[in-house]
Amino acid sequence: MKKLILGLLGLAIFSSASLTYAQKMIEIDGSSTVYPITEAVAEEFQKSDAEVKVTVGISGTGGGFKRFCLGETDISDASRPIEPTEVELASKNGIEFIELPVAYDGLAVVVNPKNDWVTSMTVSELKKLWEPAAQGKITRWNQIRPEWPDKEIRLFGAGTDSGTYEYFTEAVVQQKKASRGDYTASEDDNVLVQGIASDPLALGFFGVAYYEQNKDRLKLVSIDDENDVNGKGPQLPTYQNVLDGIYQPLARPLFIYVSKKSAEKPEVVKFIEFYMTQGAALSKEVGYIALPDQAYPLAWKRFEARKTGSLFHGVQTGVKIEDLLKKEA
Amino acid sequence: MNEKQRVNRKKLNKSLDKLFLILGFSVTLLALGILLTLILDIVQDGWGRLNLDFLTHFPSRKPQEAGILSAWVGTLWIMTLTSVIAFPLGVMAGIYLEEYAPQNRITNLIEINIANLAGVPSIIYGLLGLGLFVRFMHMGRSVISGGATLALLILPMIILSTREALRAVPFSIREAAYAIGATKWQTVRHQVLPSALPGIMTGTILAMSRAIGETAPLIMIGALTYIAFLPAPPLQSQFPFLHLNGLFDPFTVLPIQIFNWVSRPQKGFFEDAAAGIIILLGIAFLMNAVAIFLRTRYQKKIRW
Repeated sequence: MKKLILGLLGLAIFSSASLTYAQKMIEIDGSSTVYPITEAVAEEFQKSDAEVKVTVGISGTGGGFKRFCLGETDISDASRPIEPTEVELASKNGIEFIELPVAYDGLAVVVNPKNDWVTSMTVSELKKLWEPAAQGKITRWNQIRPEWPDKEIRLFGAGTDSGTYEYFTEAVVQQKKASRGDYTASEDDNVLVQGIASDPLALGFFGVAYYEQNKDRLKLVSIDDENDVNGKGPQLPTYQNVLDGIYQPLARPLFIYVSKKSAEKPEVVKFIEFYMTQGAALSKEVGYIALPDQAYPLAWKRFEARKTGSLFHGVQTGVKIEDLLKKEA
Repeated sequence: MNEKQRVNRKKLNKSLDKLFLILGFSVTLLALGILLTLILDIVQDGWGRLNLDFLTHFPSRKPQEAGILSAWVGTLWIMTLTSVIAFPLGVMAGIYLEEYAPQNRITNLIEINIANLAGVPSIIYGLLGLGLFVRFMHMGRSVISGGATLALLILPMIILSTREALRAVPFSIREAAYAIGATKWQTVRHQVLPSALPGIMTGTILAMSRAIGETAPLIMIGALTYIAFLPAPPLQSQFPFLHLNGLFDPFTVLPIQIFNWVSRPQKGFFEDAAAGIIILLGIAFLMNAVAIFLRTRYQKKIRW
């Protein structure tokens, strides 16, 4: 019996390896931040077209691009624009891609509700607190602002592998992946929520959706980028502020990258059309901020024209999606 | 040492004895208490979500509509494949090393390496699976790749426990078999292996219980998070009835689904995660129960 099973297994390995690729499949992988939106779109899409099978993985933005650039996936979810090294890898493997923005994610800076001294911070104060030089030196609240109490400050933030960390460091410290190391790091934002909610001296950052779900145990800090062009004074990451580009620099665009080769498949075209028409409502539903209404048709035009390449050229913060899309359209 | 001292010494020993009993009992109680608290907490959170819909629905963005169909079916597939691959290979390797292999340097080297492999972190097996099964053998990010990867992961444990079990069979049994003219294979097949089987089963159960909770290596080889279809079932109405193309379908497993739900902001997903954990525990218990049943059946068969 055992021999029979082994024999069958061996046979199966050699005989039916080719069968799977005959099905209509759309393979998606990448950022776990973008995942809820893509999951929602895939769920609704499959209700309308049961023949197409959509799968979504969460290898992370970097991990997803690694697979995407090898031609293993059709679409890659990304919480940051593609990097020059990744573009290079893709072109080496003959992969061209179309970049489509799908939503905004605001990064919330939060403290414990018992913290009655902080209501707003400037970006340079955040920088002073988070830059690598702060390690072991900036440890008390009054070192940031003299009128704040002489109490220890305990920091919570995203783990160094996440796109959130990359974005935060680039936006605040102005250097990617550069920050102090003496803070409580977790890839799981709920761990950070828990930590900040139970520590009156805590300060941390994570996606605004996690603040929205835990409003009763967290306090939001408004952020001042000291640039009056993006709204005067400190701003909260509200829906309108993120949309208007006032909550800077901690609002980031989220993307999907479609392989040009996959875009030849009719089911992928249908899926992208569905994404660009339903994505706004669905991203709101799962806790993200939809792009301005005119952005989706612009992105769809870009897809229809199969315009490949990234609009960002490695620049990551403070870019308005519409401006970029219009420039290229 | 006079009589009095001896009596005192005896009393002291007795009270030490009792003390250890109390200590041991309370430590056991503590461990059980912690386990019970965890289970109760999970049941309290997840009980409301446990219903047939939860088992028969695919994942969804709405916590109330989300289900674990693709996850538990995937876990069953993976566990079946893992045991089908790892059990015969592990037992055969164990028998060879214990009964046949000559005692020399190469055997020693193999033995040391197997013991070391049992301690390698599971993510390394994920990388191996990705390189070997997914990319080199072109098996894709499929159920069979996942099963084979986890089989590699538990293989050292099965080999080690097989060897332990074989070693526990008294040597006189082998001598008796040889004395009446049995060959080596006959001895192993009819005497040694049957009496070692309960021990081998126990080792395999432990190994499988580890495999069922593994997340990292499966994420590495590309198990998915959102998937709203199942691998093609092995038994179909069309000729030749047994179809194995499901082996090459993509999949997800319960631990990955639970992991994803736990990291979502909405509270509703916590309840889904808790309910998923209850199901995972249920499957693990069921697996153990089947294995224990098989073990006792074999144990009864042994008569010398």
